[in-house]
Amino acid sequence: MALLEIRNLHARIKDDGREILRGVDLVIERGQVHAVMGPNGSGKSTLAYVLAGKDGYEVTEGQVLFDGEDLLALEPEERAQKGVFLAFQYPVEIPGVAGMTFLKTAINAHRRARGEGDLSTPDFMRRVRDASDRLQMTQDMLRRPINTGFSGGEKKRNEILQMTLLEPKLAILDETDSGLDIDALRIVSNGVNALRDPERSMLVITHYQRLLEHIVPDFVHVMSAGRVVRSGGKELALELEATGYADYGSDAA
Amino acid sequence: MPAVRETVDQVRSIDVDRYKYGFATDIASDRAPKGLSEDTVRFISAKKGEPDWMLEWRLGAYRRWLTLREPTWARVHYPKIDFQDIYYYAAPKGPAPKSLDEVDPQLLATYEKLGIPLREREILAGVERPRVAVDAVFDSVSVVTTFKDELKKAGVLFMSMSEAIREYPEIVRKYLGTVVPVTDNFYATLNSAVFSDGSFVYVPEGVRCPMELSTYFRINERNTGQFERTLIVAEKGAYVSYLEGCTAPMRDENQLHAAVVEIVALDDAEVKYSTVQNWYPGDKAGKGGVYNFVTKRGDCRGARSKISWTQVETGSAITWKYPSVILRGDDSVGEFFSIAVSNGYQQVDSGTKMTHLGKNTKSRIISKGIAAGHSSNTYRGLVSAHRKATGVRNHTVCDSLLIGPDSAAHTIPYIEARNARAQFEHEATTSKIGDDQLFYARQRGIGEEEAVALIVNGFVRDVIQQLPMEFAVEAQKLIGVSLEGSVG
Repeated sequence: MALLEIRNLHARIKDDGREILRGVDLVIERGQVHAVMGPNGSGKSTLAYVLAGKDGYEVTEGQVLFDGEDLLALEPEERAQKGVFLAFQYPVEIPGVAGMTFLKTAINAHRRARGEGDLSTPDFMRRVRDASDRLQMTQDMLRRPINTGFSGGEKKRNEILQMTLLEPKLAILDETDSGLDIDALRIVSNGVNALRDPERSMLVITHYQRLLEHIVPDFVHVMSAGRVVRSGGKELALELEATGYADYGSDAA
Repeated sequence: MPAVRETVDQVRSIDVDRYKYGFATDIASDRAPKGLSEDTVRFISAKKGEPDWMLEWRLGAYRRWLTLREPTWARVHYPKIDFQDIYYYAAPKGPAPKSLDEVDPQLLATYEKLGIPLREREILAGVERPRVAVDAVFDSVSVVTTFKDELKKAGVLFMSMSEAIREYPEIVRKYLGTVVPVTDNFYATLNSAVFSDGSFVYVPEGVRCPMELSTYFRINERNTGQFERTLIVAEKGAYVSYLEGCTAPMRDENQLHAAVVEIVALDDAEVKYSTVQNWYPGDKAGKGGVYNFVTKRGDCRGARSKISWTQVETGSAITWKYPSVILRGDDSVGEFFSIAVSNGYQQVDSGTKMTHLGKNTKSRIISKGIAAGHSSNTYRGLVSAHRKATGVRNHTVCDSLLIGPDSAAHTIPYIEARNARAQFEHEATTSKIGDDQLFYARQRGIGEEEAVALIVNGFVRDVIQQLPMEFAVEAQKLIGVSLEGSVG
């Protein structure tokens, strides 16, 4: 059984009824890294949000199975607890809530959902320190309110830190390279690559081939106007880099 | 404050309704005849065995009150109060207890149920628990004050107001009404006429009060107003930290609570006054609840003195409350840290006044309003500098957080600088708990209620940090309880 099976997924924006996803098909096996590329407005980020359960979208057709279970029937926190992680393109600021507090709350929520007790503070601190060292994050950063006043690079590293500690089965990276300089891109990519595992799948959404030089995918898909219009190996990314998205139209939505 | 910790934990396990302190104690009580007249005032004064000067003071206030009208400037709405339909005095029947052993067991059981530690021996036996002296006020009378003797050894006087009027009339007379004059405002004048009980604290020169003092107010009787009067005096170089907690049973009719608190700080003295106000807020439809119309004011009378108000307001149907500081002494400091949470149909109009009279006086205001449900939450503040008060500084931060589409927040800051050398800063924000913030937290596996609590606790963090440690944890929990069911 595949980890993630998306079948003919249609979704529209609740407010204005605009259809963004128009029959997405995608299957991701365990341990695979899939990249989704495509022009702006092709529905890449919407796909990520619909998978994570963000409010404001309505699924009108199709289904999504995660580990064989109907993912769309679950609340966002339940999806997260079952192993779906979304690294946000624009991580949200929460004033006054220290990064540490947020992390601990999230980790313990996962543990409780699995029927485990809360993590002890020393254990928690040790795990955070190990993971944050690898991402070259300072303890001071984690004491500050989460994402508040962070640079673009700091926010993205913070996303990968959370991903490291929450150990998802499926990591969705939404334009993780946006706003990163070359050094930050390397740190973030190394962080992601360290999490590659036969039991963990990734869905890497990106506009540019650049990220895929660092996080090398097993498969590349091209989205256009709300559908996957072409799939191939990692060489497809290079081809796109050469030809651009002109062949795929810009966007219908 | 362990009292509050226990209150929350213990009563949580009782689990009645959303309001966890809503039980009533069935106890025979002695009441004044309904309504307000000179006779009522005389009745109360006689019940308390007061000296003549006190009675005259009350009667003066009563006559003054007859000429006053209820203030209407606050952003709160309620049917007109019939002041003749209220009992102004209610006390558990029987002679006043002389010691804890004589206190009616039912009263002790009530406080036990509320988690308020009254048995000194047991408190003394507890090793890890920090000791807090408690004055327990039930309706119109103080039923017991703990650790009185031990405090007295340190020179600190801590007792009910009624007792202080009898035992230490010279101190009471010297300070009573000097911070909140009899003529101050409608409710303060009413309180001056009919005040029943409250706490009296006197810390002599150079003494640092050896333990936290606290008063626990409980309104029990039906149709009864509670008019507490508290006076705290810190002589030169003295320090005291005082905590106040309040609850009431769930009743369909509204109850009136019109308190006056006066604080005097002389040279180099410091007083910290913390409140957790959790009066019954009314039911989901807005029926019942306490009208909390309170005048609290501190006077930094001496140079370099400091008065800090910290309040966590989660209860009451209507709150009308502006703990203020008069900065009279040069270099004195006034602080106001407030968290006001409203849900259901609660109405809050609260804030502070910082009146800068002395040179180089400083004040700081941090107000955090959280409005959920159909509630309305207003911050109202006045910062003023006298013509001769040079080198004055104030920094004000007013933040409002809205939860749901039907709540409202208002910020009404007044600033009056009568000289050009005052420096006033004001920051204000209003935000909604963003759908994006909620989704972000939920995407990390955090449930919706917990996510709201997390975001709210982040929002109030700078005020929570002002509270004593063990008190802070409880305040956070209380806020969580007040906001239960505010999302989804």
